[in-house]
Amino acid sequence: MNRPSLRLRLAARGFDATTLLVLPGLAVMLALFVYPFAYGIVDSLMPREGAWYANYTRFFTDRFQFATIGATLWLALPVTIVNMALALPIAFRVRLMSRQRLLTTILVLPITLGTVFVADGLLTFLGPQGWFNRALILVGLLDAPVKLTNNYWGVFASLLITGFPFAFLLTLSYVTGIDPAIEQAAATLGAGPRQRFFRVFLPLLVPGLAVTFCLAFVQAFAVFPSAVLLGAPAGPTRVISIAAYQAAFEQYDHSMGSAIAIIMGLVELVVVVAVLGLRTLFYRGPAGGTKG
Amino acid sequence: MTLPVQNPRQAPSQKQGELKKGESRQGARLELDGLRRSFGAYNALDGIDLAIEPGEFIALLGPSGCGKSTALNCVAGLLPLTGGEIRLGGQRIDQLEPEKRGFGMVFQSYALFPHMTVRRNVGFGLTMQGIGGAEADKRINDALNLVRLGSQADKLPGQLSGGQQQRVAIARAVVIRPPVVLMDEPLSNLDAKLRLEMRAEIRGIHDQIGSTTIYVTHDQDEALSLADRIVVMSQGRIMQIGTPEDLYQRPVHVEVADFMGFRTRLPGRVLSVSGSEAEIEAAGARLTGTMRQPLKPGDAAILSVRPEDLVAVEDGDGVQVTVSSMEYRGRAFFGMAHGADGSELYFRADHALPRGAAARLQPVAGRALLFKGQAA
Repeated sequence: MNRPSLRLRLAARGFDATTLLVLPGLAVMLALFVYPFAYGIVDSLMPREGAWYANYTRFFTDRFQFATIGATLWLALPVTIVNMALALPIAFRVRLMSRQRLLTTILVLPITLGTVFVADGLLTFLGPQGWFNRALILVGLLDAPVKLTNNYWGVFASLLITGFPFAFLLTLSYVTGIDPAIEQAAATLGAGPRQRFFRVFLPLLVPGLAVTFCLAFVQAFAVFPSAVLLGAPAGPTRVISIAAYQAAFEQYDHSMGSAIAIIMGLVELVVVVAVLGLRTLFYRGPAGGTKG
Repeated sequence: MTLPVQNPRQAPSQKQGELKKGESRQGARLELDGLRRSFGAYNALDGIDLAIEPGEFIALLGPSGCGKSTALNCVAGLLPLTGGEIRLGGQRIDQLEPEKRGFGMVFQSYALFPHMTVRRNVGFGLTMQGIGGAEADKRINDALNLVRLGSQADKLPGQLSGGQQQRVAIARAVVIRPPVVLMDEPLSNLDAKLRLEMRAEIRGIHDQIGSTTIYVTHDQDEALSLADRIVVMSQGRIMQIGTPEDLYQRPVHVEVADFMGFRTRLPGRVLSVSGSEAEIEAAGARLTGTMRQPLKPGDAAILSVRPEDLVAVEDGDGVQVTVSSMEYRGRAFFGMAHGADGSELYFRADHALPRGAAARLQPVAGRALLFKGQAA
């Protein structure tokens, strides 16, 4: 008896002509992601002087350098938490509205502005002579302007504005993905609004919120322009990307720059893995009411 | 009857018949009085009056968009009324939030909590009422046994079939011993065979627990086989309320007849009246039917007849038609034909007629109904 042709045997294992459609995407991934990443790792392990791990020892023994991890986390984590704390209730309200589109458009608009534009606007708005301080002095809440730019709070405000649309859009899609009949069922069974939120919505939303947290966090952790423009880049807002930039383009030590970028990625990875690990403690199936 | 516009979100009166902890109102009469609900200029409910006796099984029947689901959601408290009153045992409940009404509801999409086991789904309402421990365990087990799912208690809803999920939903709704169980097309997501099985089960459960049931459906077979009384709705109004026999044999309105399977509707003019019968001229033939609305000679009338009561005859009187299609349904052939004026007729024959053949159709004596027609 003849064996089936090679083509048939491959097709039975899921390889056929359609599989070739993967190739362009694969090529792009290799060229634009895998190769630069691998290059960066290798580059970071070839320091200008010292052993292969010299860049990493230098980073972790120099307080000025490794403090950037804390400074960046101190910005990115609170910003992400505040963003999600804002996005969730707003998404819950928007879910019930018949004209969602206008509000959604307004809330999402900051995405289109770009960080530099937002930073520039905030410099004027939050500055000592900006509307924000003037208005508060006018209504008598303040006697003298508060300093909100060129420090931690300027960067915080900027990250909030640029990060909120992402957190909001993702949260909204998770919230609206829950069958409204599930909430109605909880209501008819005697659950008030609080109980419906904590016993029904929140457990179903946790997986989505975890993913939203990771994406928003990674975005905030990579902060660079607003930390320079709105912050104090030599002091409290000397974030890790500034350290990488200075190593690579001010000290012309691309190997050290690569090492800092790798450290940056590892810190992000630790946070993301921790959050996604917590997620596995919760229900992760479909949030629909019908059979999946 | 006009009532002031009410908005339950505004300061719901706590004096209304709020359910106290552990209280059951089984055995209370449910009254709907002039229920109105509009969405903008559109009246989804246009004055619904209905009194439901304790333990009754009521089916709300009508085509999609007739307002039957809106009515159910208003009774559940999921939609605020624009006007009218709902009373349970004489106490107004229409301003209460759904969680304070204590009704059980079963949804078309099952609406189980996907992250909870079957047991926790069923126990949810009890937890909300503050019932726990051995009492809750016993009631959950009883409810699961009632729907024959005792062995599936620790599974998640996603691991169950559609029919099993809907049985969990029923157990979850009845475990709180609600005075009224509301069912919104609970079987329409199931396949035909399962629908028939579940139909019998739902009636059995209703008889065992003794709650009042309001069952929304667009399937007249379901309504006929389940309900003590059927409420036929159209365009936000009640067309007829009656027992299944009443509606099946004595529809009072041509639209109700249409919904009860009187598929052929022939407009015509009354020629003569004798007793409860009248002869009309329609589609070029003289046809006799039973008057369901008062008619006199010269009036416009509509003759309604079921496919099984309109038969193809070899000779004699009858409507001249051209056969358009035939299908075999076990004991007989059923067909669709067109009259000379383009009217559609649905009929029965004892053998297949070829497409395009000429035929003569005659209603079985005493089985055609006559309603008022629109004056031409």
